[in-house]
Amino acid sequence: MNVAVVKTGGGRAVSDLFASAEGRLPGSPGVAAVRREAFETYERLGLPHRRIEEWKYTDLRALVGEVLPLAVSPDAAAMKRAAEAVKTHAIAGARKLVLVDGVFAADLSDVKALASEVSLMTLRETLDKDAGLLKTESTDAVIALNAAMATDGVVLSIADGAHLSAPIQVIHVATASSASSFSRSQLVVGKGVRATIVESFIAAGAKAYQVNDAVIVTVGDGADLAHIRLMDDAPDAVNVTSHFVTVGANVKLNFFNMTTGAAVSRLQGFIRLAGEGSELSANGVNLLQKTEHGDTTLVVDHAVPNCVSRETFRAVIDDRAHSVFQGRIIVRPDAQKTDGKMMTRALLLSDEAEADNKPELEIFADDVSCGHGATAGALDESLLFYLKARGLPEKQAQALLIQAFVGEAIEQIADDQLREHVIGIAERWLERRS
Amino acid sequence: MPAVQETVERVKRIDVDQYRYGFETLIDTEKAPKGLSEEIVKFISQKKNEPAWMLQWRLEAYRRWLTMTEPTWARVDYPKIDFQDLYYYAAPKPKKTVNSLDEIDPEILKTYEKLGIPLREVAMLEGVEPKVGEDDPSRRKIAVDAVFDSVSVATTFKAELKKAGVIFMPISEAIREHPELVQKYLGSVVPTSDNFYATLNSAVFSDGSFVYVPPGVRCPMELSTYFRINERNTGQFERTLIIADKGSYVSYLEGCTAPQRDENQLHAAVVELVALDDAEIKYSTVQNWYPGNSEGKGGIYNFVTKRGDCRGHHSKISWTQVETGSAITWKYPSCILRGDNSRGEFYSIAISNGFQQVDSGTKMIHLGKNTSSRIISKGIAAGKSQNTYRGLVTAHRKATGARNFTACDSLLIGDKCGAHTVPYIEAKNSSATFEHEATTSKISEDVLFYCVQRGLSQEEAVGLVVNGFVKDVLQQLPMEFAVEAQKLISISLEGSVG
Repeated sequence: MNVAVVKTGGGRAVSDLFASAEGRLPGSPGVAAVRREAFETYERLGLPHRRIEEWKYTDLRALVGEVLPLAVSPDAAAMKRAAEAVKTHAIAGARKLVLVDGVFAADLSDVKALASEVSLMTLRETLDKDAGLLKTESTDAVIALNAAMATDGVVLSIADGAHLSAPIQVIHVATASSASSFSRSQLVVGKGVRATIVESFIAAGAKAYQVNDAVIVTVGDGADLAHIRLMDDAPDAVNVTSHFVTVGANVKLNFFNMTTGAAVSRLQGFIRLAGEGSELSANGVNLLQKTEHGDTTLVVDHAVPNCVSRETFRAVIDDRAHSVFQGRIIVRPDAQKTDGKMMTRALLLSDEAEADNKPELEIFADDVSCGHGATAGALDESLLFYLKARGLPEKQAQALLIQAFVGEAIEQIADDQLREHVIGIAERWLERRS
Repeated sequence: MPAVQETVERVKRIDVDQYRYGFETLIDTEKAPKGLSEEIVKFISQKKNEPAWMLQWRLEAYRRWLTMTEPTWARVDYPKIDFQDLYYYAAPKPKKTVNSLDEIDPEILKTYEKLGIPLREVAMLEGVEPKVGEDDPSRRKIAVDAVFDSVSVATTFKAELKKAGVIFMPISEAIREHPELVQKYLGSVVPTSDNFYATLNSAVFSDGSFVYVPPGVRCPMELSTYFRINERNTGQFERTLIIADKGSYVSYLEGCTAPQRDENQLHAAVVELVALDDAEIKYSTVQNWYPGNSEGKGGIYNFVTKRGDCRGHHSKISWTQVETGSAITWKYPSCILRGDNSRGEFYSIAISNGFQQVDSGTKMIHLGKNTSSRIISKGIAAGKSQNTYRGLVTAHRKATGARNFTACDSLLIGDKCGAHTVPYIEAKNSSATFEHEATTSKISEDVLFYCVQRGLSQEEAVGLVVNGFVKDVLQQLPMEFAVEAQKLISISLEGSVG
C-alpha cells in the first residue's frame, strides 16, 4: 500500500489517510486512543494480500492498491441525489435508516416510524461515551482499519419479545466519488424477537468509491431473525464488509447475501453458534460480470452442541469476472450432534470467467454430521438444447437456466416479500446481460 | 454418527503402541559428520562416486536452500528442527561393492526378513497366496530395491528386468550408468527450487530408486522399494525417479518403517514421475514410519514432495497411499496433467492415532485439453491426532474439457482428535466440470441405486463404490501389512463426517 507517512505532534508516524481524517472522526479522547492503536495495527499489516491465507483469492493489494481518503460531508445536492436513490431502492413498507457516505442521515430516515420496542442510537452518539463498539477480537487488517476510521453507523436494539411487523432497512448510499466511507453498526436482538433486517448498498451518482462496513449482531435466545444484505454498489466501487454474529439458544437465523455490484467486493461473515438448539441458514448469490471480483467468505463456528447450519451458495460468472467462495464450518470439541452442511456451486458463462471455491471443514467432535459439496461448470448443454428445441432463443434459454440455478439459494429466504424482491434483482441482472 | 464398534477395534489394532516394526538392527555404520555444509554435500557426492555435474547440481540446491525458510502453512505443530543436529549420511559397513546377496551383512538380511521383505528372488511374497488356477507364477513376482538408511543394499531381479529393457537400480548407480536419462529428467518435475524440503533433498539425497521403462514395454513385474531408517539422529533423504516412456506401463510400490526411538527423525523424500505419451504409472505407498509412542514422544517427521508429470497425451498417473505412520506427515502427491487427454488419480487412506498429525492430500493441475482427475481420500482420526485433507484442483485457461471428481470423507473416533478438510477448487475455464463432495450419500447416486436395487445395503453399496478400485492395488502390496490395510479400508462408512 502506498500511503505517505507524516510525522505528527506526538512524534509517531501515521499515514496521511489517518492524519487527514483524525480531526473529523467522532469520539472522546479515549476513543481517539483506541482508533490510533487500531490504525497502527492496520499500518503494521497493510492491506491483505494473497499470502495471507484468508485473503488468498482476494488480494486487496493487487485489486485495490490503496485506501482512498475519507469522504467529506455531503452537500445539499448530494443529499438530494441520495434521497432520490433511496426512494428507488426502498422496500415497500420497510422502516428506512439511511447512511450517506457512512454518516447517519436522520432526514432521510424513518426514525419516528420505528416500532416502540426498537431503540436507535448512532455510533457517533455511543462513541461520546466509550469505544466499546470499536473493539472486536479480529486481527484482520480491514477490520482494524474500520475501527480506526468508522465515522458512524446505526446502533439498534430490539426489546425482548418484540414481533416487528415491518422490516427495518438500513440503506448505505454513496454520493462522494473517489473517497472512502467507513461505517460500523450494531444490532442487538432481544429474546424471542421476530424481526427482519435488510441492508442495502447503493450509489447516488458516486464513482470509484470505497466502502468498509462492519456489523456486530447479537441474537437473543428464541429469536427468529431474517437478515438480508443486498450489495449493489457502483460497478467501479469497492465494498469490504465484515459481519460478527453471535447466536443464542433456540434461534432461527436466516441470512442471505446478494452481490450484484462493485468492481471488488468481499463479505466476510463470522457466525458463532453459542447457544444450543439453534438453526442457521446462511445463503448467498454472486452475480458477476465484466471484470468484477466478488468474494463471499463465511465462517460458521459451532461452539455448542445440537445446532444445525445450512449454507447454500451460488455464483454466476460472466465475461472476465472472478467469484470466490470460502466457507468454513468449525465444530468445537464439545459441539456434539452438530449438523452442518454447505453447498457451493459456480456457473461459468464465459471462457475467461474464474471461480475459486474453498469449502473447509474443521472438526473436533466425533458425533457430528457435516458435509460440503462444491461444483464448478458451464450451463448444461443438453438442458439448453431442450429449451432451444422448444423455440426459446439462446439468451432466453440461458436466462431461464440461470434463474433456476440461483433460485436454489434465493428460495432459502423465508420472507415472501423479500424473496420476490431478490428474485426481481436477479431478473434485472439477467436482463442487463442480454 | 459415532463410529461403529467394529471400526473402533480395527483402528485400535494399529494404534501407535502396537507398532510392530520398532526393532533396531545393530550393525556398524559409517556416518558423515553431524550437520550440513557444502563439505557434507561434497562428502555425500564423493561417497557416491558422482560425476561433477551431479555435485554442481547438489551445491546449487544447497545454496538455494540456505535462502529458504521452512513452510508453516500446514496444520501441523512441532518444535523447530535443528538442521545442524542431524546426520545426513549413514551407511552400513563395510562399504564395498556387493555382488551377491551372500555378501550383505546378515543382520540386514535378517531385518528385511523380519519386515517380510524378500531380498532373495522368491516368486512369492510372504503372506501372499497364489491364486487358485494361476498358471503363471511369474506374474506375481516383485522386484525389490532395499534402501537401508542412506544406501541401497540390494536390488532383486535386476537381470530379468534388464531382459525386458527395464532399468531398475539405485539412483546412485543410475547417475553413474545412465547419466543421459538422469540429467534429462532429474528435477524436471520437482525443480531444485521447488520447496524447502525438496531443495534440502536435492542437496543431500543419498539414494533411492531409478526406473526407466522403454517405449511400448509393460514392466513384467511389480517394482518396489523398501525404505528402512535404522540409525539414530539420521535424516533419510531418498530420491525416486520413474520414467515411463511412450506406451509403457509400470506399477511401483513403496514401503517404509523405522525403529522405535524417543527422538524425532526427519525423512524428506522427493519422488518424480514422468509419463510420456500413452504411458501409465501406478505408484503405491504404504507409509508406516514409527509414529511416536502413546505420549507423542518420538516418531518420524515425514516431509515429502511427490509429483507426477503426465507429460504426454493419453498418459496416466495414479497415486495410492495408505498412511498409518509418522509423527507428522506433510505430503501431497500431485499430478500435472500437461498432455491432452491425460488422467490423474489419487486414492488415499490416512489413519492417525496417538499424537500423530497428518496434513496430506493432492494437487491436480489441469493444463491440457480433456484432462481428467479423480480424488478419493479417506481420513480416519483417533486418539489425540489431527488429520487434515488439503487438496487443490485447478483448471487453467486452456484446459478445455477438464474434469475432476473429488470425494473426501473423514471419520473421528473419540472426542480428542480432529478431522479437517481444506479443498481449493479453482476453475478458470468454463468447460471445466468440477465436482467435490464430502458426503457419502452423494457418491454417484446411480451406482448406489444400482447396488441397493440388487440387494446390497446402502452401507455395503457405498463401501463397494469407494473401495472397489483401491482393493486390487492393496492386494499387490509387498507386505504383510497389506492385509491389515485392506481390513482398514473396508471400514464401515457409518459415522463419516465429510
